[in-house]
Amino acid sequence: MAHSRREFLQLSSAAALGLAAYRIPPYYRIPERDAPPLNDPKFKELAMRALDAAKSAGAEYSDVRISQNRNQAIQAREHRVQALNDSETFGFGVRVLVRGAWGFAASRDLSPDEMVRVARQAVAQAEANRAVLERPVVLAPVTPTANGTWRIPVESDPFDVPVEEKVALLLDANAAALNVKGAKFVTSAMFFLREEKTLATSDGTYVVQTIFRAQPRMNVTAVAPDFSDFQSIQSNDIAPRGLGYEHVRDSKLVENATRWATEAVEKLSAKSVEVGRYDLVLHPTHLWLTVHESIAHPTELDRAMGYEANYAGTSFVSPPEKMLGKFRYGPDIMNIQGDRVQQGSLSACGWDDEGVVPETFLIIKKGIVNDYQTTREQAPWLDWWYKKQGKGTHSHGCSYSQSWEDIQFQRMPNVSLLPGEKEQSYEDIIAATDRGIAIMGDGSFSIDQQRYNAQFGGQLFYEIKGGKIVGMLKDVAYQMRTPDFWNSMDMIGGKKSYFMGGAFNDGKGQPSQSNAVSHGCVPSRFRNINVINTGRKA
Amino acid sequence: MSSRPHRLLSPEMAPDAGIVSPDDAQALFARVAKLSKADTIEMQLNSNHTGNTRFAANQMSTSGSVTDMQLAVQSSYGAKHAVVVTNDLTDDSLARAVSESEALAKLAPDDPEAMPPLGAQTYVPVNAYFDSTAQLTPADRAKAAITALAPARSAGDLLAAGFIITGESSVALGNTKGLFAYHRATSANYQLTVRTADGTGSGWAAADHPDWTQLDFRNVSDRAIDKAKMSRNPVAIEPGRYTVILEPQAVGDIVQLLGNYSDARSTDEGRSPFVKTGGGNKVGEKIVDDRVTIIADPQDPQLMSQPFDGDGLALNRQLFIENGVLKQLFYTRFWAKKQGKVATGQPASIKMMGGTTSLDDMIKSTPRGVLVTRLWYLREVDPRTILYTGLTRDGTFLIENGKLTKAVRNFRFNESPLFMLNNLEMLGPSVRLAGTEQGGDIVMPSIKVKDFNFTSLSEAV
Repeated sequence: MAHSRREFLQLSSAAALGLAAYRIPPYYRIPERDAPPLNDPKFKELAMRALDAAKSAGAEYSDVRISQNRNQAIQAREHRVQALNDSETFGFGVRVLVRGAWGFAASRDLSPDEMVRVARQAVAQAEANRAVLERPVVLAPVTPTANGTWRIPVESDPFDVPVEEKVALLLDANAAALNVKGAKFVTSAMFFLREEKTLATSDGTYVVQTIFRAQPRMNVTAVAPDFSDFQSIQSNDIAPRGLGYEHVRDSKLVENATRWATEAVEKLSAKSVEVGRYDLVLHPTHLWLTVHESIAHPTELDRAMGYEANYAGTSFVSPPEKMLGKFRYGPDIMNIQGDRVQQGSLSACGWDDEGVVPETFLIIKKGIVNDYQTTREQAPWLDWWYKKQGKGTHSHGCSYSQSWEDIQFQRMPNVSLLPGEKEQSYEDIIAATDRGIAIMGDGSFSIDQQRYNAQFGGQLFYEIKGGKIVGMLKDVAYQMRTPDFWNSMDMIGGKKSYFMGGAFNDGKGQPSQSNAVSHGCVPSRFRNINVINTGRKA
Repeated sequence: MSSRPHRLLSPEMAPDAGIVSPDDAQALFARVAKLSKADTIEMQLNSNHTGNTRFAANQMSTSGSVTDMQLAVQSSYGAKHAVVVTNDLTDDSLARAVSESEALAKLAPDDPEAMPPLGAQTYVPVNAYFDSTAQLTPADRAKAAITALAPARSAGDLLAAGFIITGESSVALGNTKGLFAYHRATSANYQLTVRTADGTGSGWAAADHPDWTQLDFRNVSDRAIDKAKMSRNPVAIEPGRYTVILEPQAVGDIVQLLGNYSDARSTDEGRSPFVKTGGGNKVGEKIVDDRVTIIADPQDPQLMSQPFDGDGLALNRQLFIENGVLKQLFYTRFWAKKQGKVATGQPASIKMMGGTTSLDDMIKSTPRGVLVTRLWYLREVDPRTILYTGLTRDGTFLIENGKLTKAVRNFRFNESPLFMLNNLEMLGPSVRLAGTEQGGDIVMPSIKVKDFNFTSLSEAV
């Protein structure tokens, strides 16, 4: 997704011309700060000061988030460490509602006076907006949590692992890849986040949470001896996760590097695909991104209601009154779940960024649209539907902000394709397919602003004939119309074939924010899909 | 946290007092440098203050403001180096950052590509800071939003969604070898999408300038509204190769992609579209139509971009493509040294020189073609040819016999800037864009090209 204007301001004219990214020098880890942990009473005092100031200035609702994000990115290419980027950002943001209008302000200065100034600034922002408001915001009720703590259970905090160990692992993995004949270039990297955040709301919530994220990855490039072709393989059978350093160790980069390098070399001599219609067997390492783009995004309620029209877009799953309980998204075997509880998932949390305990809910039930992703502001928009279902109207807990300096808004939870009842595997589905293409790993992806028309590439493509893989293909992408595509799904894997993919960098909102999200899914077959050849020469 | 140590920064630099001045940045660098025991220390201080206003479905939605400041410190011992970065700028934190970066630098492996810090540089002056923008209030932005909200509301069948963001920022670089670079800029950006309430039409317009007073809000609102009305009830036409007139915004999204592949090192390694089969690169070869010239120039009055790159290397006017010939690839300091070339730095702006044909004249000259307002969701399909896919959005029209005759359904394309700029027919005047998908300071013309490759239809509005 595009960079936001603010990112430019921050980076001050970062690389236009798209010439590589803005050059931030390599960072090693930052020193441990001596400051108290976020559950220290001093932070509660500061938070309360902001809430009091907002109330005195006229806010009927306010919340304050204090957060400290530590990020680490270590990158190596061939036999050299390129970057050890370790950065920290610490600050707070105050969100207020003044007679139904939102205001937000944020600052890096955690002082009592600044708490008051920023709260008043947020109120001033809300007042300016209120002057041109037509429909005041109404929040769905929430049960406050007076004192809560939650922490992603990790075996190994990535920031406690010595840099030397991480560097050695990446260089070893690179060396293993370069041992494969024809593999010319390799990059490897690991990314980590530890976020500690405190949320206090004027309706009585005070919670402290610790979030971890980890992603190891590699990219191997093979170049033809006569410079006529080059092909790369990304390690995206290893997904980013809401885990600690154990995820890196479990990913076995050194052991897998040889395979990725071999695949990259093999791709140079793979057959270029013939255009046409094929049955596609999509591996979960590929399908998660199709789920993300063609199901998770269009079922965001703000998009469906036009609130993202100016950037991320709207949705074909709209208006809700014509969709809920009516629109057939796919076959009966299709069940799509929203949740923030799956172990190791990127969206997992104890409370969302407005103090709601997230719930697990079915977005698509037996192929029919059943619900949308919501926040406290949005849930009342579906009041009629929840009443019809005999349910209360409350948020599903999908409020999220990427950091202290950004306002929280609706972001997707983990959105997953649930396994089928029949226990069958990727291999079983291939064996049942007469003529098709099997795709592993996510590649190029593009979808329109209402999520109808999409085009997806992949990492590895295999031709299926008579239930068997007969060879590798390249230059493959498929084009689809979302409801047609999902309605063509006729086989899905069982529980044992479930895999959770995901991404750190899902963009939405203005200023644009990144959300980290996981998508579980099972291998599935789609009938008669349009495949194009991307190896155009002129 | 309530008893903070005294600040290195002067009292007038409290967070609500705007961005860092050159004097304050230099004073901070001098104090941090005094704490250093390493061979060299390099510092970067960024500060920013931004405010934004958002509206959608004819309502004000989320809006806010942010103040932040961040310091990065790199200590080096020979070829070993390490960086610590923080946004906590208290004395204690800075001392800790310096000592920790030193400790870590000693532990770091030797970096075979490490370059010595730059000495003092000379930069061209660029004034991209305007008080008119820096002094803005939320009320100013709300008032600007009314230019879209009022007509959309009163029309009864239009829905406006827009975003206004303004701010000021500074970046300063310094080291103990005499380098000091400072640039400050303001920014004002307005983007607006107007949709018809029946969901069949959508129009987009935008404007961007460092100087708020240069933004014509009424004009942007009028353009988006007109496009929304014109784009109602689009008809489907067959995908395929079309003569296409791309407005500057759409040109920017595609042409800017060239920059992603213009790194000399990747080419020397055999993995870029500028590799010659058999080895070597295409510098000096004609790669696109001879009317195409693409430059980077911080001082261009339409660009006004930062005159140095992230290393502190001075950026002056550079020619990337001149009259269709690839003039240069970009060299980092390390790769330039290794290859015996001059380091180019990394340009922070791009301008494709325009022509004189108006959009109206392009339309009049077209028996059958498609007019494209903007593009969306561009993603790489094949790095060997810069083949990208993406879609048209918010105003796509059929041209028949020199006239816009009807709105058409959006298309997915699979196209490359290299292919497209070889099929050039006409060039319009260049304008400053309000943000491509990749962003940055971008100036582009409208163009007319033949054989643009639309590969499928989208029902999306």
